[in-house]
Amino acid sequence: MDAVKRYFRSPAAVAGLILLLIVIAMAVSAGWFYPRDPLALAGRPLVWPFSNPRFLLGTDNSGRDIAAQIFYGARISLLIGGVATAIAILIGILVGAFAGYYGGWVDNVLMRITEAFQTLPNFVLLLVLVAVFGSTLTTVTIAVGVVSWPAPARLTRAEFLSLRNREFVQAGRTLGMKNIQLIFGEILPNALPPVIVYASVVMAVAILLESALAFLRLSDPNVASWGNLIGLGRDVLRVQWYVSAIPGIAILVTVLAVSLVGQGLNDALNPRLKGR
Amino acid sequence: MSGKETILSLDRLSVRLPRGADRTHALRDVSLEIASNEILCVVGESGSGKSMMANAVMRLLPNEVTIDSGRVMFEGRDLCAAPVAEMREVRGAGIAMIFQEPMTALNPLRTIGDQIAEMFSIHTGLSKAEINTRVLALLADVRIPDPKVAAKAYPHELSGGQRQRAMIAMALALDPKLLIADEPTTALDVTTQAQILKLIRDLQQRRKTAVMFITHDFGVVAEIADRVVVMQHGVIVEQGTASDVLHHPQHAYTKQLIAAVPPLKAPPPRALAADNILTITDVSKTYRTGGFLGRGARVTPAVKNVSLNLPRGATLGIVGESGSGKSTLARCIVRLIDPDAGSIVLDGSDWAKMPREKVRRETRHIQMVFQDPFASLNPRRKAAELVAQGPIVHGTRRAEAIADAKELFSLVGLDPSSADRYPHEFSGGQRQRIGLARALALKPDVLVADEPVSALDVSVQAQVLKLLAELRARLGLSIVFITHDLRVAAQICDLVAVMKDGAVVEHGLAGEVFGNPQHPYTQALLDSIPGGEFAREHDTEMV
Repeated sequence: MDAVKRYFRSPAAVAGLILLLIVIAMAVSAGWFYPRDPLALAGRPLVWPFSNPRFLLGTDNSGRDIAAQIFYGARISLLIGGVATAIAILIGILVGAFAGYYGGWVDNVLMRITEAFQTLPNFVLLLVLVAVFGSTLTTVTIAVGVVSWPAPARLTRAEFLSLRNREFVQAGRTLGMKNIQLIFGEILPNALPPVIVYASVVMAVAILLESALAFLRLSDPNVASWGNLIGLGRDVLRVQWYVSAIPGIAILVTVLAVSLVGQGLNDALNPRLKGR
Repeated sequence: MSGKETILSLDRLSVRLPRGADRTHALRDVSLEIASNEILCVVGESGSGKSMMANAVMRLLPNEVTIDSGRVMFEGRDLCAAPVAEMREVRGAGIAMIFQEPMTALNPLRTIGDQIAEMFSIHTGLSKAEINTRVLALLADVRIPDPKVAAKAYPHELSGGQRQRAMIAMALALDPKLLIADEPTTALDVTTQAQILKLIRDLQQRRKTAVMFITHDFGVVAEIADRVVVMQHGVIVEQGTASDVLHHPQHAYTKQLIAAVPPLKAPPPRALAADNILTITDVSKTYRTGGFLGRGARVTPAVKNVSLNLPRGATLGIVGESGSGKSTLARCIVRLIDPDAGSIVLDGSDWAKMPREKVRRETRHIQMVFQDPFASLNPRRKAAELVAQGPIVHGTRRAEAIADAKELFSLVGLDPSSADRYPHEFSGGQRQRIGLARALALKPDVLVADEPVSALDVSVQAQVLKLLAELRARLGLSIVFITHDLRVAAQICDLVAVMKDGAVVEHGLAGEVFGNPQHPYTQALLDSIPGGEFAREHDTEMV
């Protein structure tokens, strides 16, 4: 409860939360405001924003409503951000926890694998995965998750290394707990706060990775995503720059919101580090 | 104190704590004087404000903590009103300070000589060669063996005692008028503590420095103090000469503190059972670290061929300094560490060679209490859960285990209604009771207690020891009690084993070991107890 109070004491964290709630509200209300398919042709192509009250944010080069795509795109970005982050954190925690807890050869093997992933630029790895497995929404989401786990794994491992020899873990062992109980029941809850905070970084990066893929037209073309819209706008960038700029701003705001929330969580969960 | 000049005087000094702290003021109306050539001991338990006072004098208070009112007079000026630049002049040159933990007070990346030389280069304009000679002279002064080598050493290359000597050398570099020593010997072993106390005493007499010596230990007070100030909750409750305060304490709190100091003499021996519940035979444990393919590996024998017996219902004390292997032995007994050789027979089965999975299932027979009441409880579990965990792991239903846990709470002297609170809401002594309840929840035959009272204040220490003695009688527990403090061992143990460098050098009945020590190391340990005279005298007074 103290952590909640500390969170709301920071104006930046509250602003981030409000922005994030707006994005979530857009995602939720998309079907209500724009009952039609956002990818259906709606009018003349390349209508400038605010020039036609039917298309508040204008239309893109094939005459689709940009506002509708922004609203539906919020769903895709949040979905990819959320699910990919969950996958990355889950793999990261499992790998980090076992490596940190068992040490020795388990640690060596798992960390060498982690390093192998880390030495490849994750966008290149992502391109390879998408090239091999195709670019449906599901494969893109999983691929983004799969390239993002090494950092949370290292973080979890570091926490486990410092926690595994604490007296309360030894006490658990003398009580006769199994290793699995010690890892997930005793150590993990104490190791979690920094990992949760880091999840916000993973989420922001995941959203950006998807947009980057879409910009190269490698993301799922059958869904309305912000990245797809930016990719489309590329062709008309010099004249009708708004086609790319509007989804760009949406991505900027979402990533900003997520990182502000993450920073706020960090200050709230680790109050002693604040102000340093 | 006539004829002596007053070096430092505090005049109704009050220090305010930030809102939300457990009290409004860290110090309230504290007035005291220190004259040249005297050692003033400031005694109090944790939270009494004694360290806060030292920091207030140095103006090194944390940001949110402010000096409310009062004056700190040093050399004719008020330090509370001094500008920051002037305070920098005073720190180090006028008033120097030494800290509890020399390892963290020294910069690990610079040599000892460098760090002492820094004092001169900051405050004086001496030449490099001159500084160098002074540094070596200082290191010789604090009796570090081979000053030239020590000056080139990094902090981790010296022992704890040598590091503290280096800290003292640094503090005394500029001949300060006042030396503030904040628990300088608390982190050291008894024998080293005795040497450092003697060193501080000698240097103080030679240089006529005034010393403010902060401690929680009345033994240290008896050893070193000229005058004593007793603090409680940020207020001075009593001050006077050392002999007055120690032998004729006026204030109830002082009396209580002195009574809580464990007397050195063992209580009358209890009858011991003839059969042994725990037989340790030739247990060894060697640590091997580092090394690739056998090159550069370091081999440290932590426990060497230890054989001990614990009669049913008795308490065996294992005493030794840091690095003596006593904690490793304790962890071997509960199998947190696998011993390399030897047998540990508990009720007929050999604990040392049992497979891990069986140890896990049988673990309720032998339980452990840990040293640090803050680190040994999982901060994310409620007290009742912590106590109930053991039985739940071994198959008791949750509701039943929680109900049993609440009963255990009253057994160890905790309020059962506090069972739903988290560990950080309890005090150190209460947390240690939770740790004890957790160990007792499995109804063990043998309890291994690793320094269970070392992290506690004396008065709390006395309570926990009393509780342990009561439980032992009521539940028929057999206890292995690990401690570095001979006074604590004398309180509770029937049998005592003295360990040094991994081996047991002497063992026998507590009364015999303490009354008539045979091994020179045991004798040295007993001689090193601070205020040895006082400890024995005070014993006779109390009875």
